[in-house]
Amino acid sequence: MSQRRYWMFAIAGLVVPLAAWWILSSLGLVSKIFLPGPVDVYKRAVVWASRDKLLSDASISIYRVSVGWLLSAVIAIPLGVLIGTFRPVQALLEPLTDFIRYMPAVAFIPLVMLWIGIDEGSKIAIIFIGTVFQMVLMVAEDVRRVPTTQIEAAQTMGASRGEIIQLVLLPAAKPALVDTMRITMGWAWTYLVVAELVAANSGLGYAILKAQRFLQTDKIFAGIIIIGLIGLITDQIFRWIHRTAFPWLHLKR
Amino acid sequence: MAASETLTAVPKIGIRKLTKVFGEPPREVTALQNIDLDIYDNEFVTLVGASGCGKSTLLRIIGGLDHNTDGEINVRGKPVQGPGADRAMVFQHYSLYPWLRVMENIRFCRSLKANRKDITSSDVEAASGRSDALLELMGLRSMADAWPNQLSGGMQQRVAIARALMPKPEVLLMDEPFGALDAQTREVMHDLILHVFTLERATIVFVTHDVEEAIYLGQRVVVLAPRPGRIDSIYQVPLPAKRHQDMKHIPEFLALKRAIVGRIRETSGMKTDLDLLDRL
Repeated sequence: MSQRRYWMFAIAGLVVPLAAWWILSSLGLVSKIFLPGPVDVYKRAVVWASRDKLLSDASISIYRVSVGWLLSAVIAIPLGVLIGTFRPVQALLEPLTDFIRYMPAVAFIPLVMLWIGIDEGSKIAIIFIGTVFQMVLMVAEDVRRVPTTQIEAAQTMGASRGEIIQLVLLPAAKPALVDTMRITMGWAWTYLVVAELVAANSGLGYAILKAQRFLQTDKIFAGIIIIGLIGLITDQIFRWIHRTAFPWLHLKR
Repeated sequence: MAASETLTAVPKIGIRKLTKVFGEPPREVTALQNIDLDIYDNEFVTLVGASGCGKSTLLRIIGGLDHNTDGEINVRGKPVQGPGADRAMVFQHYSLYPWLRVMENIRFCRSLKANRKDITSSDVEAASGRSDALLELMGLRSMADAWPNQLSGGMQQRVAIARALMPKPEVLLMDEPFGALDAQTREVMHDLILHVFTLERATIVFVTHDVEEAIYLGQRVVVLAPRPGRIDSIYQVPLPAKRHQDMKHIPEFLALKRAIVGRIRETSGMKTDLDLLDRL
C-alpha cells in the first residue's frame, strides 16, 4: 500500500466515526444530556480551557501518570531482566508476580488510602500497583525472546555473563522494551482515571466525575477525548523514539 | 597417508567414550553413546547422519554449549569446561546482531574482555587489518555499513563466518550453516569456505544432513547413526585437497555418496519407510 493510500484510510478511519456521531446527535433523536454533539463538546472544551482550569487538570494528571509509570519502569526493568536471564530469580519471583498481577489494582485503593492517605502519593501508588507487575512479566518475556543463537554466538567468542547481558541481551531486547513501555503507558492512564475518580480533587479524572454530578455530559465527552488525545500523542512519541533509536527495524525496502 | 603420520600427534580435539543423556530416568534419551573420535590440526571433518543422530549435539559439546554426561572431551589436550574464544561457532541462522552494522558484527569479539587481554597498539592495528581482510575475503566490502537485515541469507552467513573467524579460533564449528540457503548460493558458499580453510589453516568441524556437501567439503566424513546416537562409520574422502565443483560427478565421488547414503538409510529406520513405498 502506498504512503498516500495509507493516510487516506487513516484519516477516513477517524473522520467517519466523527461524522456518524455528528449526524446522530444533530438528528435530535437522543437528548443532549445523553449524547451531546461534537460542536457542543468542542465549545465546552474551549470554555474549560479558558475559564476553568483544563491546563492544570491535564498537567496534574500527566504528572501523576508519568511519575507512577516511571517508578514502575525503574523497578520493573531491572527485575524483569533478572527474571528473564537467571532461572533461580525466575523461580523465586515469577510465580509471586503472576499471582499478584491477577489481583485487581482497583481493589487496592482502600488499602492504599489507609496506608498512604489521599494526597498525591496515593494516586501514584495506584498507577504503580496497576502497571508494575504486568511490566515485570512483559520485560522478562522480552528478554527471554532474544534468540538463543545470538547469546550462544557471543559465548563462543568468549563473552562473560555480564558481557552477554550488556552487549547482547539488552541491545537485542531494547526495541521490545520500548514497545512494552509504550503499552504500559496506556494502562497507566486507565489507572490514573480510576485513582482520580475515587480519591482526588484535581485532574482530568476528577473533572469527569464532577461533570457527571452536574450532568455536564459534554464535559465528560471532552475529558475522555482529551485523555485520548494525550494518549495518542504519547504513543506517537514512543513510535518516534522507536524509529530513531532502532533504524534497522524501519528500513525502507 | 596423512592419518598414519598424525596418529602419534596430540589431536586437536580428542573425544573418548563420550556419552550424552538428555532428561532423567525413566524418560531419558541417550543422544550420544560411546563416541570415540580424534580430529587433527588443520583437518576438515564433516559430521553427517539422519535427524536425531546427535550430530549437532556432538558439535555443541565440542563448543562447550552442551555438556557431556560421561566420557572425555579435550581440545588441545585440555578438557572442555564451557564455551570459549578458541572454538568459534557458526549457526544455521539468526545469530547476527541486527543492531550492529556488518563491520561492527565482524568486530564484535573486540568488545569482549576475553579478546582484549594484553592488547598492544600493534594488536589493535592488526585486528582492524584483519577485519578488513575478512570483509574482503567474504566479498562484503561494499556492505561494511549495511544492517544485517538488508542482506540476503547467503551474505548474512558470510558475515557470521567472518565474525567467527575474527578472534582466530583454533577450531571453527559449523552447525548446518548453509542449511537455509538455496542450492546455487550453497555451491558458492562451499567454495568460499574451502578457500577460507586453505587460507586460515583452521580446523573445521562441519555438521550437515546433506551427504554431497559432507563429501565435497570434508577430508573425512563421519557418519552418525541414531537411537542411540553413535558413530556408524568414518570415510576418508578420496579427492585432492583442492576441490572443484566438477568433482561431484566423478565415479569416486558418486561411489562414496552411494555408500554413505546407504549407511544412513540402513541405520535411520528409513529403510522400512522405503519398503513401504515399494509395496504401494
